[in-house]
Amino acid sequence: MTSPATVRIALLLPDLLGTYGDRGNATVLARRLQLRGRPAEVVEVPSDRPIPGDCDIYIVGGGEDVAQIEATRLLERSEFPAAVQRGAAVLAVCAGLQILGTSSTDVNGNEHRGLGLLDAATQPLPHRAVGEVVTSPATATGLGEEPLTGFENHRGGTTLGPAVVPLARVISGVGNGDSGEGAVAGHIIGTYMHGPVLARNPALADHLLALATGLSLEPLHLDDIPELRRDRLAAGRERQDSRMRRLAAALTPRRWLTPGIPAPRG
Amino acid sequence: MAQTPPSGRAAQPYCPPEVPTESTGYVRKVPLASRIALRTGALVARASRAAGFQGQMIGGRVALMLRPSCLTELATGRRVVLVSGTNGKTTTTAMLAAALATAGEVASNASGANMLDGLTAAMAGSAAPTVVGEVDELYLPTAVEQTNAVAVVLLNLTRDQLDRACEIRRTASQLQTVAARFPELLIIANCDDPYVVLIAEAFSKVVWVAAGGSWEGDGSTCPRCGYRLVTEVAHSASGSDNVIGDNVIGDNGWVCRRCGLARPRPHWRLSADALITPDGASLSLSLRLPGEFNRINAAMAIAAARAMAVEPKRAADAVGEVTGSAGRYQRIRVGDHEIELLLAKNPAGWAVMLDLLCTHSGPMIIAVNGREADGHDTSWLYDVGFERLAGRQVVAAGERSSDLGVRLSYAGVAHITSPDPLAVLDQLTPGRVLFVGDYTSFWRLRSVLEARQRD
Repeated sequence: MTSPATVRIALLLPDLLGTYGDRGNATVLARRLQLRGRPAEVVEVPSDRPIPGDCDIYIVGGGEDVAQIEATRLLERSEFPAAVQRGAAVLAVCAGLQILGTSSTDVNGNEHRGLGLLDAATQPLPHRAVGEVVTSPATATGLGEEPLTGFENHRGGTTLGPAVVPLARVISGVGNGDSGEGAVAGHIIGTYMHGPVLARNPALADHLLALATGLSLEPLHLDDIPELRRDRLAAGRERQDSRMRRLAAALTPRRWLTPGIPAPRG
Repeated sequence: MAQTPPSGRAAQPYCPPEVPTESTGYVRKVPLASRIALRTGALVARASRAAGFQGQMIGGRVALMLRPSCLTELATGRRVVLVSGTNGKTTTTAMLAAALATAGEVASNASGANMLDGLTAAMAGSAAPTVVGEVDELYLPTAVEQTNAVAVVLLNLTRDQLDRACEIRRTASQLQTVAARFPELLIIANCDDPYVVLIAEAFSKVVWVAAGGSWEGDGSTCPRCGYRLVTEVAHSASGSDNVIGDNVIGDNGWVCRRCGLARPRPHWRLSADALITPDGASLSLSLRLPGEFNRINAAMAIAAARAMAVEPKRAADAVGEVTGSAGRYQRIRVGDHEIELLLAKNPAGWAVMLDLLCTHSGPMIIAVNGREADGHDTSWLYDVGFERLAGRQVVAAGERSSDLGVRLSYAGVAHITSPDPLAVLDQLTPGRVLFVGDYTSFWRLRSVLEARQRD
């Protein structure tokens, strides 16, 4: 057997944590290996299956409150924490980030214990954060200068402990709520960015693959990605300029509200 | 293996609903202030159309701004049925309107303008005693309140425009609150959708339709407690409970083994070749519209029509004749190509749309704008199995064509990326071209093509 070992990417609990399209992160990771001629497979683990402990990368996506509580319960008693302790790479998005943290408090003030794999605690923000995010990767991550882009949609604000660094600094958007975005500790990367985040930021995808496999990957070009990044980074800057946004909102008939109806969020 | 579901839900007998079979005698007693508001709205709408906009909502919006009570006043004395859910609203509304039109004049907003403004405009435009209104699920509680609706058809509830609706469980709980305020409201509900059941079981008068639904993405865990749902096969040994006529109806029900939420016993059931009525009669559906999802819409419309006292066979005939509404399934010739306009805007809609696309071997154009009305977050594209389109001629179009292009690349689907869907038309094989757009890209292309036709 001379062929390299297949990289196994676990997509955890897509039936609970699949609300925001985060499944795409697993697709992107597997395809980026396959397009380079390296074997990779996505292992989907719905909530009625045991979680395998021998995967190389684990994807934990975003979900709603009820789903988050159920997912935490299932992950806690699975092979997942041990696999992470052993050094498997993790991408945890939104609810996933909160689940990996120490605790998260919902809007009703109920505190839910997390898995404690990341020293990060979540409290509700005053308003739901919805919109484009642009961030600049933290130097400690080794991700370089290229900004990260994503779409956030969450109510949680996350405070990081001393052993954890943010993934990035917020240029526009809300992120963790304190000018940081996401969390990084060892092989664990957490973020609030959907999009899916790895589709919009191929450098982050390859970084995660390198973390998980130790491989140094040759560059990979996909036609539409540069345009996608230009487009989304521009959209993020638009959100930053809130005066322009308010003016645009006032002039766009779609945004006019029907009298007597609460404003749509966003 | 025959385990009883934890809830042991009592089979609900089919009670013929007590809704008015006719309007209470519509008298046009709309107060002067409302008439002025509506007239102003109509003028603005006409100006808006002259300026090249769609002009469907602006008129109603202006009228509601000037006179917030005008919708209530317009609805007074009329029999209002609302159609809501994530997917299929427009077509089901058209089908139900066609069925009810066999018994009398019907006003309807089957145009996709489904917020209160669109409803207001539709009701101002016609004095028909019966109104069939399509309503966005987020506006349903207010619409019920303001129109004093007699019945609501609940098709399905899946995620769509998450940046607007945030979470579907929250939407569901808002809809449940309607039950407490309007205990007399009749619900016609698809009991194969767990979220619909979670909402509808809060009401006392429900007609359950086992219409099916093929997308499992949001439907596979319990909407109440998050536990994995399992499928039950014929959960009664006694037999009589599950049989109507010659047809077993207890099969294929889902259940949550933790909290007990389960599929109620259906009154109507859609099988592979027929719609089984509560009396056990078998109605064959012959539709002019394609796709399994339109059979589901038809089943819901026929069940609702029966609740409004239209005989099922007659309703089925009228529903079968519906050829689309608001431009859906419309075919427009452009040079050597005939473009068929289709709309899909979320994973559930796309899951059924892919089945339809896979029956077509010619070129297809997919467009995503991701504007406010579509939802800015396009992450859901990764929940659509575009992989099935590999080997076909595909164009990624719309304002978010690069998002779609990246998705298609990762799905292994070779494609042309072009924000303008018509710019690359001459590169496509002549003949029928399927166009699938999200809300705003669909509207945009439709109005461009119709303007060209007029010229």
